[in-house]
Amino acid sequence: MKKLIATTALCAALPMGAFAQDKPDSLKVGMTTFLTGPASVFGVPARDAMDIMVQNLNDEGGINGVPVEVSYIDEGAGAEALTSEFRRAVEQGGAEVMFASISSGNCQTLAPLAEDLEVINFMWDCGTQRIFEEADYDYVFRTQANATPEMLAAVIYLLKTQPDFETLAVVNQDYAWGRDSWDIFRTALMQFKPDVEIVGEFFPAFGAPDYSTEISRLQALQPDVVLSTSWGGDLDTFVQQASQRGLMNNSTFVLPLAESSLERLGSALPPGQIVGARGDHYFLHPERRDDEDFKSFMSQYEDQTGNITVYSVFHASQALAALEAAYTKAIEENGVEWPSQEQVLAAMDGLEFQGLGRPVTIREDNQGIEAQLMGTSAQNGDYPFATLENIMIFDGAELTAPVGEVSTDWIETLGPEFVDEIEPTTFEN
Amino acid sequence: MNLTTFLLALFDGVSYAALVFIVALGLTLIFGVMRILNVAHGSLYAIGAYATVSLVGWVLALGAAPILAFPLMIVSAILVGVLIGGPVEYLLLRRIYDKPEVLQLLVTFAVFMILEDVQRLVWGTQPYFEAQALRALGNVTVFGVTYTVYQLILLPLVALTLLVGLRFFLRRTVTGKLITATTEDREAAQSIGIDADRVFLLTFVMGAILAGLGGALASPTTSILPGMGADMIVLSFAVVATAGLGQIEGAAIAALMIGMGRSFAIYIWPEVAVLVPYLIMVLVLLVRPEGLFGSPAARKI
Repeated sequence: MKKLIATTALCAALPMGAFAQDKPDSLKVGMTTFLTGPASVFGVPARDAMDIMVQNLNDEGGINGVPVEVSYIDEGAGAEALTSEFRRAVEQGGAEVMFASISSGNCQTLAPLAEDLEVINFMWDCGTQRIFEEADYDYVFRTQANATPEMLAAVIYLLKTQPDFETLAVVNQDYAWGRDSWDIFRTALMQFKPDVEIVGEFFPAFGAPDYSTEISRLQALQPDVVLSTSWGGDLDTFVQQASQRGLMNNSTFVLPLAESSLERLGSALPPGQIVGARGDHYFLHPERRDDEDFKSFMSQYEDQTGNITVYSVFHASQALAALEAAYTKAIEENGVEWPSQEQVLAAMDGLEFQGLGRPVTIREDNQGIEAQLMGTSAQNGDYPFATLENIMIFDGAELTAPVGEVSTDWIETLGPEFVDEIEPTTFEN
Repeated sequence: MNLTTFLLALFDGVSYAALVFIVALGLTLIFGVMRILNVAHGSLYAIGAYATVSLVGWVLALGAAPILAFPLMIVSAILVGVLIGGPVEYLLLRRIYDKPEVLQLLVTFAVFMILEDVQRLVWGTQPYFEAQALRALGNVTVFGVTYTVYQLILLPLVALTLLVGLRFFLRRTVTGKLITATTEDREAAQSIGIDADRVFLLTFVMGAILAGLGGALASPTTSILPGMGADMIVLSFAVVATAGLGQIEGAAIAALMIGMGRSFAIYIWPEVAVLVPYLIMVLVLLVRPEGLFGSPAARKI
């Protein structure tokens, strides 16, 4: 009798067993992020946020009952260590999906490697628009915008808010991002407002501790607008030194990455400067700040880190949301307990997902279409640092180069009327 | 380039040179006396900056006047020199003075790496900014361009004071003369009763204090973040090598050359500004491998 019951129980368990075998114990994800080096101003908040969000997801049962497990690889260790760690995570660590990376250089190294290893890779933060414009990928996706919509949003915001400026100078970091972002910004500006005069182009060394000479020169030149796409400690130093010496009294600063420095800059960022966020990323996102999920995450994040979020936190949320959406969609479409890699790849086509910002969609060239938020700094005393007013949120689709086109070539086909055709959603603050 | 922009570039060059000189001074002093190229000097600079930010931030949070930041800078520099410089010389360098230079270089490089990670452990990776001292002194406007009093006047004054003070110390005081004597010939100095170990310890602590002071003085003007020490050691080494290792007055001239070269480049040809310090160093070393003011070393038998 005992034997019979045991056999029956075993038989009853078998079909379930067959299904359960398909489901892994956990969905392993490898994420490359800067834990050391200057870019850890983005990497560490992104990791902290990812830990919180993964915990929240797993508390609610993970993806179809499978918990997500994220392990981190430090991008600060250098390209060689990074590629071997990436390979190890996939080949020995059993990572099904990789999130790589923050640095554009690292994305360019790791995208072909992901393709070779046949592992799904979400480029979760890097900005270079070149990757999908120069090659086709089957396994690599970008869960956010690229530099083109980021820079176009900055140019258009500037032209919509200050249409009459005449002169502009640029102070960017001397490395790929500083040069490439200026290339896009200048090309767009020359198409939209050909009479602008570029009075100075400065590319101080990455990590430069002192901008005094550049600031003296700018004070002598008196440009109407000063652009800087710098970030992290470099941006902090430049803005602090410029603000100490009153450069912002005569020039408006356009700082497309300053959202990530707002809290550290405190009162040093005067009101009236243009601030961007590499997407619709802002801890007081006007469309999202009253949503329950947004509010509860923000308070969790603030409790654990003591800081407000920066854009990399939003990018991390988008990568995780894309992961969850792709697996859920693949499970539903195929009626399986757990999808195969082909099914997940099929689900990526046209995938829509929502992290902390507006929903993002994956285009046919694997590029994400993400909204862009720009605003003007205000010191209104609500926080011990500048917040944003006169916010515009741009739809990402209009600002991204069409599939198959090279960004700078596409921008050169646009004319001054493009600025008026773009109609962002506006908010007072 | 008219006279006004010439003068503006000059001012920027001088204030930049002042800061680099203060750090290079410690490096060249240590090399001159002890024949050790201290790579960890860069870390002492960074820790001096971090210590100042923490100390000033803490004291000012208690409600003290911003002007107190200045004595706190000196306190931080001395703390760095005594608490880090002292043990490094006493526990490590003392054992390797008679070992090959390569080994000495490797040991100080190892100390540098350890201290870089210590900074990360203690202060994390996020940048700090603490500019109360700089704001307390206000601004001055010259030819329509606003400068901070701190950078335009205070930093060059401090650099000049240190240069004159160190000259006076080495040539006119007993301790200074003991140091000079030990530099000339360690064995002869010991034979007439000079405690060379003490002289070396004192020199190293002084050099470390100068590095810390450089960091302390730089702290109100720049973001304090990991990696700042590496940049500074490279730059101050360029100054010291251009001047000739161990040349104190030479370091002042070389710092001025490099500071001016850089600021004029930003006015005339901004693209090469980053290169200028190293171009100057290469050009000088091509013509005079021992540096501008260095003399070819006489080999001791």
